[in-house]
Amino acid sequence: MSYFIDRRANAKHKSAVNRQRFLDRYRTHIKRSVEEAVNRRSITDMERGEKVSIPARDISEPVFQHGAGGRRRIVAPGNKEFVEGDRLRRPGGGGGGGDGAGEGGASNQGEGVDEFAFTLSREEFLDFVFDGLELPHLERKNLVDLDEVRPVRAGVSREGVPARINIVRSMREAHARRIAMRAPIRRALREAREALEAEERKDPVLRNPARIAELKAEVERLEKRLEAVPFIDTYDLRYNHLVNQPQPSSKAVMFCVMDVSGSMTQGHKDIAKRFFLLLYLFLERNYEKVELVFVRHHTAAREVDEEEFFYSRETGGTIVSSALTLVDEIIEARYPPGQWNLYVAQASDGDNWDDDSVACRDLLVKRLMPRLQYFTYVEITPHAHQALWEEYETVAAEFPARFAMRQIVEAGDIYPVFRELFKRRMAGG
Amino acid sequence: MTRRKPIATGSDWNFEVLAEFEREIARLADEYRLDTYPNQIEVITSEQMMDAYASVGMPVGYHHWSFGKQFLAVEQAYRRGQMGLAYELVINSDPCIAYLMEENTLMMQVLVMAHACYGHNSFFKGNYLFRTWTDASSIIDYLVFARKYIAECEERHGVAAVEQLLDACHALQNYGVDRYKRPSPISAAEEARRQKEREEHLQAQVNMLWRTIPGRPSPEALGDEQDTEDPLGLHAGGRYPPEPQENLLYFIEKNAPLLAPWQREVVRIVRKLAQYFYPQRQTQVMNEGWATFWHYTLMNRLFDDGAVDEGLMLEFLQSHTAVVQQPAFDSPWFNGINPYALGFAIFTDLRRICEAPTEEDRRWFPDTAGSDWRETLEFAMRNFKDESFIQQFLSPKVIRDLKLFMLVDDDQEEMLEVAAIHDERGYRRIREALAAQYALSVREPNIQVYSADIRGDRSLTLRHVQDDRRPLARSVYPVIRHLHQLWGFPVRLESVHDDHVVRRYQWPLPDEDTERERA
Repeated sequence: MSYFIDRRANAKHKSAVNRQRFLDRYRTHIKRSVEEAVNRRSITDMERGEKVSIPARDISEPVFQHGAGGRRRIVAPGNKEFVEGDRLRRPGGGGGGGDGAGEGGASNQGEGVDEFAFTLSREEFLDFVFDGLELPHLERKNLVDLDEVRPVRAGVSREGVPARINIVRSMREAHARRIAMRAPIRRALREAREALEAEERKDPVLRNPARIAELKAEVERLEKRLEAVPFIDTYDLRYNHLVNQPQPSSKAVMFCVMDVSGSMTQGHKDIAKRFFLLLYLFLERNYEKVELVFVRHHTAAREVDEEEFFYSRETGGTIVSSALTLVDEIIEARYPPGQWNLYVAQASDGDNWDDDSVACRDLLVKRLMPRLQYFTYVEITPHAHQALWEEYETVAAEFPARFAMRQIVEAGDIYPVFRELFKRRMAGG
Repeated sequence: MTRRKPIATGSDWNFEVLAEFEREIARLADEYRLDTYPNQIEVITSEQMMDAYASVGMPVGYHHWSFGKQFLAVEQAYRRGQMGLAYELVINSDPCIAYLMEENTLMMQVLVMAHACYGHNSFFKGNYLFRTWTDASSIIDYLVFARKYIAECEERHGVAAVEQLLDACHALQNYGVDRYKRPSPISAAEEARRQKEREEHLQAQVNMLWRTIPGRPSPEALGDEQDTEDPLGLHAGGRYPPEPQENLLYFIEKNAPLLAPWQREVVRIVRKLAQYFYPQRQTQVMNEGWATFWHYTLMNRLFDDGAVDEGLMLEFLQSHTAVVQQPAFDSPWFNGINPYALGFAIFTDLRRICEAPTEEDRRWFPDTAGSDWRETLEFAMRNFKDESFIQQFLSPKVIRDLKLFMLVDDDQEEMLEVAAIHDERGYRRIREALAAQYALSVREPNIQVYSADIRGDRSLTLRHVQDDRRPLARSVYPVIRHLHQLWGFPVRLESVHDDHVVRRYQWPLPDEDTERERA
């Protein structure tokens, strides 16, 4: 007897738990591979999984096995020219001979560095990239200055539009009202009827016809009143009540600000680009919607598209404040801080007109910082810092929780710097 | 004569067609008197197939990282196209569960049904090892029980603690079987009912064994031979256990001094599952050979009866040929002896010996030659395991066909020696050596519990009896470290050759050894 069962609709990923256990167990190995991958990969290339190799030795499940040595007999197929008594040199100079089924894997002991390779999915890869990191000021915008609202249910009310009538509640109210209004009438009616009956039971001689007529009229009147109690009344109606509740904004905008003056080489830009990319991926995982604004500058700032931002070359001097001013203008025009979480990431080689650095600081402290969630500055230079760095340090001192700056020398530094900038703070920090 | 109309053609399938093929195969199997469990044939997706593969054929498994590792390996191989998932996955249960992958062509589905639902299924039901060691009707329930129990342990004691325990048990699971004793059948209801009771009982037993106040020394122990180092005779009274124990996990479960009751239960679960898989490890060649022989026979009958057309048959032959391919030892694709090829060759040749014996066959198999092939094959399937099956039925013709030869690799000789080839002088020796190659006792080191020092430092001593001077691989250290975790006190392992201890291992490492290891 046989029967078929179609299981295709059943849950997949029965192994998901086991897979996760494995990843957790070899977290350190995998993290190393992921970090290397982040440093090696090109910028457009973060959105896929990664192949990870772990030395098989590290993850082997040991069992008792025979090692090499002793006397072994091996039966193998496919003899061509051997005859009994032939002597053969050991393949590979010593150690295990041919490969028999009974050999029990003795050969992968010792020095063999077999790799256990597998592929992380994109989500797993990004999880590892961002493992232990936290978005700066993830509490998002303060609720007070939020313009974004969402209607939420807030009980029932007596007023409302017919579309929101709460039928169950309305009917219940009506029922209660009917009981309440009918009770005294019913009581009076009962009394009248009893009196009428008592009167009618009397001896015909003693009956008072006027009294009987009066009671009959009374009963009739009460019965009419009882019927007149309305089944449903306007008082009974109840409406679902909605109130507007301010919502934490789920939108973020990230300003990428980069110096494209002559002193920034393509190498510098590539480093900057990765930094922006990491930040972007990071924000993308935490907000429903992330917009990017690219602002590049030399002596003058311009908003450009991504391609131009990273790949066109300019020459000339550097005035950083031009870019900050432009960012400020864009925020004014398009991104009201009440609705948007604002992030600025700036990359530069540290060059700036000396006079301008002070202007930058003023702009930041007075105009930008009060409105931003976070400002990150990376300086890509192996050289000593200049005036801009020093001015920024004073800003950092003023806004320690929301302003971060680091120096990057080469591509390999980005990931550690990024981690440091966004590392999970202690509670409340 | 016009052929009858095939049941279906082309490579698409649907449930009606599968059911019709299934009925047809069942009819033929019945004609051949194949005795099977009812079949539960499940159609699944390739992802579900990977899940099934990863849980080493347990339809319900407890959670452990090693299954995750298995899954990743399968997934990687499948993605790179190194591995076809399709062939078969069948579970020794009653009803017998077999998986069909939805991506497969019609031919594959029919083939898998013949192979798994009638080949493997009848093997599970008939072979003496499976009959003795497994209880097909209760395995699924037991797996559900095990999964639930281990999940509860994880909740109560933390995932890490359970994982460590399972790691240690897995390292020893090949030593969790009583080879010479028929086990009691496992049943989930029974397990659950008795588990509580057992926990208490077990603990009481262990307490008794390990109580620190020694019992009144027996007069014999205090007899004439007063040991100067042990005047009170605390260490007298014989070795414990009195006989060496081959079932390491059982010994741990019953005797480890420090394990908590739930830990003993987990040891037991791993042990019971090892027992369930024990027959499979010993009947690979036979099991696959039997299933392959029957899918080949049944598919040919389907074709002869006109139930399938030439196109499907050609596709089948190509697939079948790939399965029973045996690359030569010097081929880059050589990966040991292919159990499908060897098993199929032996069963096919056995049928030939019955039906058309040669003079040679009459000499080698006087009782078998010319007998009823169906009965002979049934007898072979029922009463042997790989080791004895090869010893009994590997014919000179199969040795010649596969061009088997035997090498001797002796570390005291400089060269390898070809000790036997496929000639009159070599047949018997090759047959004997190949049989030994499949004997668990040769494949796995012979390690037994030798003594537990229950009155002294509580250390546990194992003995490894060397086979042909073959030493243990380096993995011995991690394994005895796991054993030490379970036992809780020092663990020693002695390699014995010709009654002399030739090598000692122990965990924790003694200080000097640690120094030397470092140097």
